[in-house]
Amino acid sequence: MDLNELSVLALWSAMAIYALAFIAFAIDLAKRSAEVTAAGELTASESSATKVQAASDASVGGSRASTTTLTRADPDAPQVQPKRSAVLRVAVALTVLGFLLHLTAAITRGVAAERVPWANMYEFAMTGTLLIIATFLVVIARVDLRFLGTFIVGLVLVLLGIAAVNFYVEIVPLPPALQSAWLVIHVFVASTGTALFALGFALSVLQLIQYRRQAIGADLSKLKLKFVATLPGSARLENLAYRANIVAFILWTFTLIAGAIWAERAWGRYWGWDTKEVWTFIIWVIYAGYIHARATRGWRGSRSAWLSIIGFAAVLFNFSVVNLFFKGLHAYSGL
Amino acid sequence: MSRPSDYVDAGAPLSEREPAESNPNIQQPKLGFVGTLRFIWRQLTSMRTALFLLLLLAVAAVPGSLVPQRSSDPNGVIQYFADNPKLAPVLDNIQMFDVYGSVWFSSIYLLLFISLIGCVIPRTKHHFDAMRARPPRTPARLERLPAHTEQTLEGGDAGAAIAAAHTLLKKSGYRTELYQGKKGDISVSAERGYLRETGNLVFHSALVGMLVTVAVGGGLGYAGQRVVVEGQTFVNTLLDYNSFNPGRFYNPDDLTPYALSLDRFDVTYEQKNLDAYGQPTDFTAFVTTRTPGGEPEKRTVKVNDPLRYEGTDVYLLGNGYAPTITVRDADGNVVFTDSVPFLPQDANLTSLGVVKIPDGLEKQLGMIGFFYPTAQLLDSGAYTSTYPDLVFPVLTLNVYTGDLGIDDGAPKSVYELNTDDMTQLTGGKTGVDSIELMPGQSQELPGGYGSITFENANPDAEPIAADASADDDGATVSTADFASSVPRFASFDVHHDPTQGWVFLFAMLILGGLLTSLFIPRRRVWVKATDNPDGTVRVQYAGLARGEDPGLIEAVDAIAYRHGTALGLER
Ligand code: HEM
Repeated sequence: MDLNELSVLALWSAMAIYALAFIAFAIDLAKRSAEVTAAGELTASESSATKVQAASDASVGGSRASTTTLTRADPDAPQVQPKRSAVLRVAVALTVLGFLLHLTAAITRGVAAERVPWANMYEFAMTGTLLIIATFLVVIARVDLRFLGTFIVGLVLVLLGIAAVNFYVEIVPLPPALQSAWLVIHVFVASTGTALFALGFALSVLQLIQYRRQAIGADLSKLKLKFVATLPGSARLENLAYRANIVAFILWTFTLIAGAIWAERAWGRYWGWDTKEVWTFIIWVIYAGYIHARATRGWRGSRSAWLSIIGFAAVLFNFSVVNLFFKGLHAYSGL
Repeated sequence: MSRPSDYVDAGAPLSEREPAESNPNIQQPKLGFVGTLRFIWRQLTSMRTALFLLLLLAVAAVPGSLVPQRSSDPNGVIQYFADNPKLAPVLDNIQMFDVYGSVWFSSIYLLLFISLIGCVIPRTKHHFDAMRARPPRTPARLERLPAHTEQTLEGGDAGAAIAAAHTLLKKSGYRTELYQGKKGDISVSAERGYLRETGNLVFHSALVGMLVTVAVGGGLGYAGQRVVVEGQTFVNTLLDYNSFNPGRFYNPDDLTPYALSLDRFDVTYEQKNLDAYGQPTDFTAFVTTRTPGGEPEKRTVKVNDPLRYEGTDVYLLGNGYAPTITVRDADGNVVFTDSVPFLPQDANLTSLGVVKIPDGLEKQLGMIGFFYPTAQLLDSGAYTSTYPDLVFPVLTLNVYTGDLGIDDGAPKSVYELNTDDMTQLTGGKTGVDSIELMPGQSQELPGGYGSITFENANPDAEPIAADASADDDGATVSTADFASSVPRFASFDVHHDPTQGWVFLFAMLILGGLLTSLFIPRRRVWVKATDNPDGTVRVQYAGLARGEDPGLIEAVDAIAYRHGTALGLER
């Protein structure tokens, strides 16, 4: 078996493990829903005891209770505090395992091709999704966003599946136009940015759901997506989405600049409104709009969340439709 | 107003905010002319307008990716007109093929930038003042602020506590001011993160700088194209370009007349990897450059690696074969000899070219032909090329006589032959076989015009296998080494853009401004100490975010903690 076959095998194994992780994340959400149902029945009899409990839980440990005379109620804490979940830990462990296999797939592909493994659509999808998982793992080590697991792992599974089935190409040497250090930098930063936009997107979607739930009222038994009651409040989700999106926006700005520098070297002009350049620009402007919306009265909250969602839709469109069906200089899909 | 009236500042005290959407029932005083202007100006420079224009800009950029653009894909536009003869003129009327230079696209971004300037100038002034102003008075009731904590100190006094807090905040990069309260309390008011606003202003100003530079830059430089065959020299003068597009403010007399000769053009083809057999993996143009009176210098130009020379950038953007063709009249006198660039049509370099012989023969002669570096006969009787290198090169030509249409002096593309006024002599319906040549071969022209030769640029090459199997008529051509029998050409783009450095500078300012403005928190912090009657000291800490500041609460807690430590609090 040569290295490339090993890479393909590792990738399919990673997908199998991700599928298991996806199931585990989904079970966790189902468990959360069950807990919310139970809590809903409880509140029906014991009024809002859980809520008070949750609020004071959150404030303990925030600061030194001995010298602070004031306890800070956190309005953004989950309404129902989820229980410690074994299946969630299994899900994260499986994601890490899948990630290691995925990483193996990317590295062996790169070694087999004697270059970075992101020079055509198959490789770009493989490495891009790898970065999505890596970003997710890094983020959940700092902030507990494990509830995004279903979405993130699900998204990666779909993308990887399409890439492995439809975009697979044999290893071919780089055409001269791609032989540049900028391929390494430009594409890598773009993928990392995409990963963070994906996180921002997921958080914005949850923010909207959560916002609607909070607007309807706290009656847990009437909830459709029950698990959202175990997630942070919409304001906190919005702040998290914003943080993911601004980091991504900076990476995207860098991608744009690095792309222009590379275009100057390769094509003799730094900007030419090539289709790919157009879409990179459109995405940049949408997210600039998103950042503005957050600072515009009447646009904070749900409206700006929609811009984050539209922005990510444009990112996906740029990667799929623009690469495959639009004509332009960026013909690197390899298909 | 420092900021647009509809700017949300999460932490600004209510009194500083403008009233929310003013009640439409309130009777506005009559505005008058100046008042109306001021009203329009305020609308234009509001956050809502900026947001609207940004989103409009994003939407307006979309059509340019759906329809081919003259600037980036002129042939695509021609094709689009051919495919959609009804729709295309309609689209053309609304500048759909020139979206990014169109009136409507330009108006959007110009309005956006006017709004931007109108927004940035007052903010700059306000920021300038704010940087020199003293941190504001400590609010009377700190406990009302969302980020607030307090602790009680046993012993010491308020003065010492505030002195310690003052030192601590100063060391942490805050600008500070001491205040005496009405109820006997003393406090330190501190502010930090002015760089956040500076970064934001730098970012927005750099956007303006970028726009202006790009607008001006297009006018100051030039772009030219030139095809150079191996062995030929190109001189950087207006006449020597195949095409030349000067910017509005560029004077072609300013061209530096340096010379650039293409000594050799190397292409490396993949030969090991069967999935990519014949794919080029490297193009290198070996050139010699010389300024007037200067020494010749050897250099290379590669894809992704332009030659920076004498204020110009020379890019390698295309290449192909330029068969050397000689035409003699019936008496054997040479009337034409030249290496004619044939334009590649596919990955295996099936190439299309035109030969024009205006003088020397009875009538003007034109030829359209194909060159196949590795020719293979298809069942249909036509040739195709199966490999881009010179393995079995064949040149086929169809001959036309008549009027080449170049005598009236109007420039004509050297790659096109208008056969409307010409008579076809070979190929097609004429029943006469097309001319078909391999390097080194000659053939009679039809109609007794003379003869044509496909010159072999490397006639001394050893045959690959001397004992090659001869075919029926004893020719051993298939085993000859044609490696450098046909010269190659490189097509160079020469650009001069004196503003590129500025564009880069503004790009860096945009990035730097963005980083500072998005990641440096701007916050106010207050520490207030009051002596309690029982001898203890009550210390309050509060913070107020100006703009996004997810770490505010932790920051206030940390200040309280470090302050306690500095005062020797037991933990
Ligand atoms: C070319 C058009 C514009 C672009 C691409 C743009 C982009 C951005 C970006 C990326 C940010 C966030 C980074 C930072 O704070 O520096 C920002 C912030 C901001 N922009 Fe713009 N902007 C544009 C025009 C405008 C205009 C016309 C106004 C005034 C009406 C404006 C007012 C602001 C304000 C007040 C902020 C601060 C937002 C905050 O505090 O979070 N911008 N802009």
